[in-house]
Amino acid sequence: MPDLILNGIRVEDTFAEAFDMAATALVLTAETPEWAMIAATTMTGFATSVIGCGAEAGIDAVLSPDDTPDGRPGVRVLLFGFDAGGLKDQLLRRVGQCVLTSPGSAVFAGIAWDDPNVGKALKLGGAIRYFGDGFATAKRVEGRRYWRTPVMDGEFLCEHSVPTIQGAVGGGNLLFLGRRFSDTLRVAEIAVAAARTVPDVILPFPGGVVRSGSKVGARTKGMMASTNDAYCPTLKGRAGSALPPEVDVVLEIVIDGLSSASVSAAMRAALHASTKAGVDLGLVAVTAGNYGGNLGRHHFHLRDLLGEAA
Amino acid sequence: MSILTLREAPPERLDLDGLTPAALAGLSEAEAARLPVGTSRRGLTLGDCFAISLDGSDELRIVGATERLDRVGAGLSAGRIVVEGDVGQRLGAGMTGGTLTVSGSAGPFAGTAAKGGTIRIAGNAGESAGGALHGAEAGLDGATLMIGGTAGERLGDRMRAGLIVVKAAGAHVGSRMIAGTIVAEAIGDHPGYGMRRGTLVAARHGALLPTFVETGRQDLVVLKLLATSIQALVPEAAALLRAPMRRYGGDLATLGKGELFTPVG
Repeated sequence: MPDLILNGIRVEDTFAEAFDMAATALVLTAETPEWAMIAATTMTGFATSVIGCGAEAGIDAVLSPDDTPDGRPGVRVLLFGFDAGGLKDQLLRRVGQCVLTSPGSAVFAGIAWDDPNVGKALKLGGAIRYFGDGFATAKRVEGRRYWRTPVMDGEFLCEHSVPTIQGAVGGGNLLFLGRRFSDTLRVAEIAVAAARTVPDVILPFPGGVVRSGSKVGARTKGMMASTNDAYCPTLKGRAGSALPPEVDVVLEIVIDGLSSASVSAAMRAALHASTKAGVDLGLVAVTAGNYGGNLGRHHFHLRDLLGEAA
Repeated sequence: MSILTLREAPPERLDLDGLTPAALAGLSEAEAARLPVGTSRRGLTLGDCFAISLDGSDELRIVGATERLDRVGAGLSAGRIVVEGDVGQRLGAGMTGGTLTVSGSAGPFAGTAAKGGTIRIAGNAGESAGGALHGAEAGLDGATLMIGGTAGERLGDRMRAGLIVVKAAGAHVGSRMIAGTIVAEAIGDHPGYGMRRGTLVAARHGALLPTFVETGRQDLVVLKLLATSIQALVPEAAALLRAPMRRYGGDLATLGKGELFTPVG
């Protein structure tokens, strides 16, 4: 099968295999943009992979006071889990330990309740209120219920429940095959920046980039996943290596989104930006990771992403 | 728009309970004219007192209204009722939706047990506006009640949910309040008497009960949220909510989860 070319860079004719996930979004607000970001980064820490962290989380957007319910600076974060039960557990832990504790913070649902794709509601403030030891009070504003839990700087205000969204997808990805580490890292950074311009997506790995791509299973008994040896440059020349001789480094980006369309749009933006920049940065090829198409329901074919967005 | 025009001052109090755009939409003018509205043995009907013009729309205008018209807009669930003049007691009682506008003043118990919708009174309101009828479970129960003038005593008595915005009110605002929010420029003595939960916000207030304690100056998120939500409805009230506030907690003679906010200084 002939390879595809975009901006002079080889694009393998393959697909990224992604999965259905349970997801929700929160709007975190605080007195200043800095404190809203501190709450958001703390809450979304240790959330790179749902397998090891229980959730995948990240920052979707920085919000101006005009775009938040309480008129304060805010940050929208997305949280993904295997299922609604696992997501709720992580949601409570993360809001309870990382946002409740952050000075001046407040939490609102980040998905409109009238969104046609709204799924099951997860009780949030309605559970955290028990920290208030019976002193918490509820306030209903424009049909939405908020809990006000007394804390040492005043009150922690948190929406009673937040909706999940149906159709969330996790695991959209691109792999950048390059010649030098610094140049390929720059390509990945440019791809991450492009993907992040698309609403409703996060790139949960450090800086949006993962250098330890994995395969399912391992030679060691009991390991669920192990290094993606086919793309490790130090294993070139062995049977099973997928790397041509000129590739000395591979970096991957992983994209989770609230819909298949948002993941596809983010992959498209990243693919175009990376190939455009990659010409001068020694990029050899772009490919995507999959498991043969049997595990994930969503297949994002790179061939379909070559055109500009409509 | 359907129009009911009062011919002359009625000889007795009239009960307009259930006269909503939806209820009138399925009736001919002759059928509507036979609806009973009297409260005595006279057996007055709508046609005896009003000139009736119906077009089946979701807007009803009542022209020439007086304080002898009780339960105007009671049970309204959708659409719009516009009253030109004054109304009597229990304006919008038990309504669940829609908008109800009165150009004049209203008698006692306006908005009692109203679960939804918006009531706007341009003039004054009598005692217990948004309050519970005697023996009733709750007063205002989720609706929004806006009073352009002055409200009588016990505004929001035993109110359970919703929002009241008023220019000024008498004594015992928010008495026995279960929950909800009342915002006023000025309120009388002893606000929040026996209140369990709920929020009172007043630029000026009369004497406070000894069972309300100052909790200091607090810049709470809930006030910003309330300000944002009522900005479009009553900008002056939103501005009050954004002022630096001093908070009092009470009524500690009961549950004590209520509060009164008043501007600092």
